Amino acid sequence: MSRIHVETTINGEPAEFLCSGEDTLLTALRDTLSLTGTKEGCSTGDCGACSVLLDGRLVPGCLVLAAEVEGRTVTTVEGIADRDSLHPVQQAFLNQAALQCGICTPGFMVAAKALLDANPDPTEQEARYWLAGNLCRCTGYDKIIRAVLDAAADMRKATA
Amino acid sequence: MQAIRYEAPGSVDDAVRLMQADPEARVLAGGTDLLIQCRAGGRRPTAFIDIKRIPELVDITVDAQGLRLGAATPAADVSADEHLRQRWPGLAEAAALIGSMQIQGRGSVGGNLCNASPAADTPCPLIVNRAVCVIAGPQGRRTVEAEDFISSPGQNVLGSGEFLAGLLLPLPAPSTADAYLRLTPRSEMDIAVVGAAVSVTLDHSGICTAARVALAAVAPTPVLVPDAAHALIGTPMDPAALDRAAEAARAAARPIDDKRGTVAYRRQVAGVLTKRAAAIACERARGN
Ligand code: FES
Ligand code: FES
Repeated sequence: MSRIHVETTINGEPAEFLCSGEDTLLTALRDTLSLTGTKEGCSTGDCGACSVLLDGRLVPGCLVLAAEVEGRTVTTVEGIADRDSLHPVQQAFLNQAALQCGICTPGFMVAAKALLDANPDPTEQEARYWLAGNLCRCTGYDKIIRAVLDAAADMRKATA
Repeated sequence: MQAIRYEAPGSVDDAVRLMQADPEARVLAGGTDLLIQCRAGGRRPTAFIDIKRIPELVDITVDAQGLRLGAATPAADVSADEHLRQRWPGLAEAAALIGSMQIQGRGSVGGNLCNASPAADTPCPLIVNRAVCVIAGPQGRRTVEAEDFISSPGQNVLGSGEFLAGLLLPLPAPSTADAYLRLTPRSEMDIAVVGAAVSVTLDHSGICTAARVALAAVAPTPVLVPDAAHALIGTPMDPAALDRAAEAARAAARPIDDKRGTVAYRRQVAGVLTKRAAAIACERARGN
């Protein structure tokens, strides 16, 4: 079977891998590149566990073909922290204890980062709508939303 | 099982050639329907022809002619584009209703139309705005009006080797505006029980001189409802006119019973949403 050679940028670093024409970005990240922070929940675009940024845009990794990322930039949960310090969203999730089993958490963090990149001062309602595609079966969402709004406030303070 | 090839042509002509060479290939835009259908046991294509590397297929241009929308442009770009939102707010609001932010980052208005779901959100605003579908194929390009593009549930008029390249929306006349409303059981991440798109044009004294009304999820395909438009034309869009439009919408609705709603409920909602969308479009047209 002929494999497709893909050269791309993942979390700021050049990366290359082989895939088939129907492999998803989610499978390439997890199974080929061992970046297992990105999770698989449904593989039908419904749960948000596989959320990644493709050229800065929030997308479901399970509905992106691996071959599509040739020459693009991909950001996964492994790439949102600074070298030494967590991303404010990650820190806020810890402070608020906004996770239980944790399978949804990377997707929420990536989606929340995308939200705050686009809108540094979201209302609670805006945050809830933006994150409507991220499902959590454990927490009841309240702590997640609090964490996201806390992170937004922290980031605004940091840039003020 | 044979491997599925992946092709990413850089031009429409190259995409047409690839399609022509392989009748079992499928065009890939955002993949939010196609990839799921393939995995759910749908027919396995021999190749995905990814059209997102073709610049004009992922482009939004608003100029004196109107809107040129590349068929594969993600819904997120459609709802965020300032110029587009200003002139076609109903189309922008329909694009912002499709699935999650993640889905909107992939799924396109063109794909939403091609998928031909009776409950799809963007076909109705396209129809009321007199959108023209530009189809590329082995014989060159041809055009079809948006209201004629969907033929039955899941089916469209694309022939072998053809694909939807773009949508052309004429620039609305002065004092024209559109609106789209839908009802879903949940406030997010759901599919329309009914959707209603309305476009109206007013004269300087506020009398409606032109209108288009289209309904989603009340028939096998999105439907244009000329009777509802006629109920608005020639009126100051007063409550009595809106009621007559609602009645016409109820009469035109041929819905089915399913888990999202009964026939009677869908009929009723078709009237309510038509009235409300007409009122919003009217308000917007006054401001234009
Ligand atoms: S795994 Fe992609 S949305 Fe659920
Ligand atoms: S913490 Fe378990 S699914 Fe969200």
